[in-house]
Amino acid sequence: MGEMEQMKKEAEALKTQIEAARKAVHDTDMASAASGVAPAPRVQLKTRRNLKGHLAKIYAMHWSTDNRLMVSASQDGKLLIWDSHSGNKVNAVPLKSSWVMTCAYAPSGNLVASGGLDNMCTVYNLKTPVIKTVKELDAHTGYLSCARFLSDTEVLTASGDTTCALWDLETGKQKTVFLNHVGDCMCLSLSPDMNSFVSGACDSLAKLWDIRDGQCKQTFLGHTSDINAISFYPGGNAIITGSDDCTCKMYDLRADQELITYQDAALNSGVTSLALSMSGRLIFAGYDDFNCNIWDSLKGEKVGVLSGHDNRVSCTGVPPDGMCVCTGSWDSFLKIWN
Amino acid sequence: MSSNPSLTTMKRTVEQLKLEASVERIKVSQAAADLQQYCLQNAGKDALLFGVPIGSKLFREPRSCALLFIQLSDDAYISISKN
Repeated sequence: MGEMEQMKKEAEALKTQIEAARKAVHDTDMASAASGVAPAPRVQLKTRRNLKGHLAKIYAMHWSTDNRLMVSASQDGKLLIWDSHSGNKVNAVPLKSSWVMTCAYAPSGNLVASGGLDNMCTVYNLKTPVIKTVKELDAHTGYLSCARFLSDTEVLTASGDTTCALWDLETGKQKTVFLNHVGDCMCLSLSPDMNSFVSGACDSLAKLWDIRDGQCKQTFLGHTSDINAISFYPGGNAIITGSDDCTCKMYDLRADQELITYQDAALNSGVTSLALSMSGRLIFAGYDDFNCNIWDSLKGEKVGVLSGHDNRVSCTGVPPDGMCVCTGSWDSFLKIWN
Repeated sequence: MSSNPSLTTMKRTVEQLKLEASVERIKVSQAAADLQQYCLQNAGKDALLFGVPIGSKLFREPRSCALLFIQLSDDAYISISKN
């Protein structure tokens, strides 16, 4: 019993130590530091494409690295591959399980992946004459909330079983399991240098992980509810999170703390998704109230809104060249804006 | 290793906290300055911030027509129509 008490005391002392260390470097806040920066222009984007084709709620979308193709996933049981320039559907992948929650495009463009309440990540080859299932990654004991390809041979997943995992696509087995969250993992984002990733979970924490050694390196506190969306800032030194507590936050990895909260008294819907413009200046955050709000990431001010969906915005994405932003919704449509 | 699972969990929690406590932190002013610098340096390429480059047909309707005005002097312009 004594040892347990001792450990609890040690844990509390360490938490206090971390808090103090964070305070010690908190010599200013982001908004003050950005007071000299010219405000971002009022952003008014128009819908350039209305992608119709899904028959039920869209849950996820992901851009290809070619800046042109994208994959979307809907609970109508299909993945659709779109040519965003023409607005045409290039491919349709029927899913074994229609309860899909995530989809991903491999950087090579050869593969796509999907997963959801079947607890599996299924990988498909788009380049064979007929689209084939390459692997079913089956080891999670909870739903698959997010998947991302590192390459054609490695996939990262986040799961409702509170773990994230790195998979070898050749063997179909987990190479590394990332254990530390105490709530369902809802989202993940790969660092630009691909050596680490961040995850957001229902324990309201964001965590930074080293991909190769499997360790949780840093934990970011502040949110008061599930973190549904997470993204690395371009450049790799900060992350943006979106939560059911109706706010987005920016955490800096090197200062190891929250720098700014993006919130508005009038906003009382949860954040479902987020994407950053290519300079990082603009945050496109999708909300339960059917809108996508645009935030100035440096100044913390709302600078625009994308209205047009008739239901919750469930996913957002900006292609690598930053030329547009895509929103996907429970209204079954995807819109492309710029 | 104790056979008591909650003690094992507690030990792991303490180890994890030790790891996180040992992180080297930079000042927020430095972090903020670096983030600002990144944004401002890349702002020129950010089409969502300042608009898609003139002449780029990306996502614009194929049959639209753009008029470009070139100023010759204070009150003289020529216009060029671009399809």
